[in-house]
Amino acid sequence: WVCHTPIRLRELIRTIRTARTQAEEREMIQKECAAIRSSFREEDNTYRCRNVAKLLYMHMLGYPAHFGQLECLKLIASQKFTDKRIGYLGAMLLLDERQDVHLLMTNCIKNDLNHSTQYVQGLALCTLGCMGSSEMCRDLAGEVEKLLKTSNSYLRKKAALCAVHVIRKVPELMEMFLPATKNLLSEKNHGVLHTSVVLLTEMCERSPDMLAHFRKLVPQLVRILKNLIMSGYSPEHDVSGISDPFLQVRILRLLRILGKGDDDSSEAMNDILAQVATNTETSKNVGNAILYETVLTIMDIKSESGLRVLAINILGRFLLNNDKNIRYVALTSLLKTVQTDHNAVQRHRSTIVDCLKDLDVSIKRRAMELSFALVNGNNIRGMMKELLYFLDSCDPEFKADCASGVFLAAEKYAPSKRWHIDTIMRVLTTAGSYVRDDSVPNLIQLITNSVEMHAYTVQRLYKALLDDISQQPLVQVASWCIGEYGDLLISGQCEEEEPIQVTEDEVLDVLEGLLVSNLSSPVTRGYSLTAIMKLSTRFSSVNRIKKVVSIYGSSIDVELQQRAVEYNALFKKYDHMRPALLERMPIMEKTASNGPTEIVQTNGEAEPSVVEPKHPPPVGQPASQVKNTVFGLVSRCLSLMAFYLFDLSKTVNFLSIGIPPMTAYNKNGLKIDFTFERANPNPNVAVITIHASNSTEADMTDFVFQAAVPKTFQLQLLSPSSNVVPALNQGTVTQVIRVLNQQKLRMRIKLTYIHKGSAVQDLAEVNNFPPQSWQ
Amino acid sequence: MFMQFMLLFSRQGKLRLQKWYVPLSDKERKKISRDLVQTILARKPKMCSFLEWRDLKIVYKRYASLYFCCAVEDQDNELITLEIIHRYVELLDKYFGSVCELDIIFNFEKAYFILDEFLLGGEAQETSKKNVLKAIEQADLLSMELYLVF
Repeated sequence: WVCHTPIRLRELIRTIRTARTQAEEREMIQKECAAIRSSFREEDNTYRCRNVAKLLYMHMLGYPAHFGQLECLKLIASQKFTDKRIGYLGAMLLLDERQDVHLLMTNCIKNDLNHSTQYVQGLALCTLGCMGSSEMCRDLAGEVEKLLKTSNSYLRKKAALCAVHVIRKVPELMEMFLPATKNLLSEKNHGVLHTSVVLLTEMCERSPDMLAHFRKLVPQLVRILKNLIMSGYSPEHDVSGISDPFLQVRILRLLRILGKGDDDSSEAMNDILAQVATNTETSKNVGNAILYETVLTIMDIKSESGLRVLAINILGRFLLNNDKNIRYVALTSLLKTVQTDHNAVQRHRSTIVDCLKDLDVSIKRRAMELSFALVNGNNIRGMMKELLYFLDSCDPEFKADCASGVFLAAEKYAPSKRWHIDTIMRVLTTAGSYVRDDSVPNLIQLITNSVEMHAYTVQRLYKALLDDISQQPLVQVASWCIGEYGDLLISGQCEEEEPIQVTEDEVLDVLEGLLVSNLSSPVTRGYSLTAIMKLSTRFSSVNRIKKVVSIYGSSIDVELQQRAVEYNALFKKYDHMRPALLERMPIMEKTASNGPTEIVQTNGEAEPSVVEPKHPPPVGQPASQVKNTVFGLVSRCLSLMAFYLFDLSKTVNFLSIGIPPMTAYNKNGLKIDFTFERANPNPNVAVITIHASNSTEADMTDFVFQAAVPKTFQLQLLSPSSNVVPALNQGTVTQVIRVLNQQKLRMRIKLTYIHKGSAVQDLAEVNNFPPQSWQ
Repeated sequence: MFMQFMLLFSRQGKLRLQKWYVPLSDKERKKISRDLVQTILARKPKMCSFLEWRDLKIVYKRYASLYFCCAVEDQDNELITLEIIHRYVELLDKYFGSVCELDIIFNFEKAYFILDEFLLGGEAQETSKKNVLKAIEQADLLSMELYLVF
């Protein structure tokens, strides 16, 4: 009976690395695993450590190692230090808290926390702080607390971080660590100082009471930071001429939390922040890391305006840094502050715009978002030039967002209607297939309302169609326009540019071409058929149109068929109504009175109010009355057409996505509704538009809406439409929130405004998000 | 800063070290590692060291043939994370003497031990290089028998 010694770890590694194929490697691994398994079965104490170590290596290569889990526990229970070292390592790699077996560690850890050798205690603290489950933390919190009070700095620093983990797992245990925090900051040992600051930070972030309690530490923290900056060269903690940057950054972060919203604390830290901001060496990453943290702190606390400007200027300098990492953090931070310190950020606009040309995708994205945030009435022409150039050349992943941004900016700040239409045309022709579906009704509304530009618009759109019919949003808007303003097109009325010569037949050729082209989506076909129908009251070629409409009465596409049948009916039975129905669209209001709150229905579908007709309207009524009854008593087919003709921008959001809107807040006359859509191309980003309305008799001014989400989410708040919520529901303030989420959405909102002379502030939890908004 | 995990991997995508500070099953860890490694290896050299991935911030840097990659949370300072990575590399370098990938491959358990003296629960426990190395040295002495067994 030959008892063979298990091969050494390094030898196994060497052997496995000689394998030339995956299959060869697998064979070696299987052979060794079999040997290890039988060794485990024999309860071999001597080589258990070696075997588990080998198993861990194989596990890292991707092979199963669960049969070693109990062996790790045996190693942990051993009295040999080497065994414990590998045992704990194995536990951290092979076990996770979801498995019951990990609880078997608890007793060993408890014993080891009280071991006579500090390195054993260290192993236990490390393991507990890395993977301790809630149950383990509950059982062992007392031991950790004891060690937090020891004078042994090696153990104290580990205990502090272990306490952080315990608090994260079992927040209710936070209180028990409070007494031990008493003298933590008096330590000279940097390790203890650093971990203590981390512990204090964790406690302050979790509990407003703790935060209030620890505010008194501000002077001490300021002193420690000052010593770090002023002290001479300390070889032990020096990094490129800076003393313990890790500790400096953590202190700055804790100061941020303590100073936020508190005048006294903010004042107490003002000088040191200014000092760090001006004296920190910027040639290396480490100095910039500290400056970055300082800027974040300055922007978050109640700092003087001079200090804020200093901070923004630091970010401005960051933008010019050769190091792209620095540029990246600068853009991220500027994005956060652009709302509150708009003017200061504006000064760096040209540098930000230059970043649109950066090679890095993340930098480009941030530069784009920031650029849109900085667009205003003064810089619109210049900014738009840059952004349109960016739109032309950017990666597809940006095009949808950029196009939407351009539309929004153009809508807000267009210097002239002609410029506005030209800008829209530019977007549709260069990035037309990336434009979001909801842009189409928005643009239609815009074009409708720009009455004096109708002829110019339809001409430009017609010419664009002659060039390219592949971009659906462009084709849809163009079809709609031609349907509406085809008469202007053929009459050559354009003033803005040379009018083109085109006949009715040519126009109908183009529209019919869209119907048959396989580039056209079903929605586009719908638009074109409707456009052709509308031209029956604007063109004289009614027979041709009747023919087209009757052909499509037997189309395979059910939507198209239905429309054609209904239009046929219009020709046959309701011909007297046709002119009124197909009349030019009136200007559409985009205010709250037509807003979503009135049209919302719980299933997410929205339709303009319609009533099923019982009888057709009596013949011989005056035209205007006919019009009124038509729009009041409209049959289902016409209500469908009305839907397509009347698309109000806000309603399409409901329909195309089907996520029901919700009321998030309704108190004291202030009502805030949320409407939803999914961002494109990233479906994990929920785009929420808030609509704030005010039913009281006085305006709500200085209205600020803020939102906070749990740590696992990312939130971005764009500019509000205005700061005044007009009285008596005369208008809404809208604002867009983007949330990156894959879990149940929760939000806390804060509202501040001035109403009848007094300042109002309110906080609320929003928990009633419809499941579709986060699934 | 709270680090959720740290991965070390080669240019061929082979994992050399994986330290997890959040509870995840083996299956989940494998999936994350696979996805993230692919994402990072696909990045061009001129791109910055930071990217958003799921709801985390990823900070990574390449040292010779090894990628050091950390996942931190939204409020964490990316620039100081780079310094954390650099500090770990310096520690490895001091311990192994001009460290290279082979050192990490053949002595992976030591790489873990060193990491566990530098970080605990995703945060830095010791900011002095000297103290970390001293602790490792002492612990190694304690396990002198290590040489006999291994």
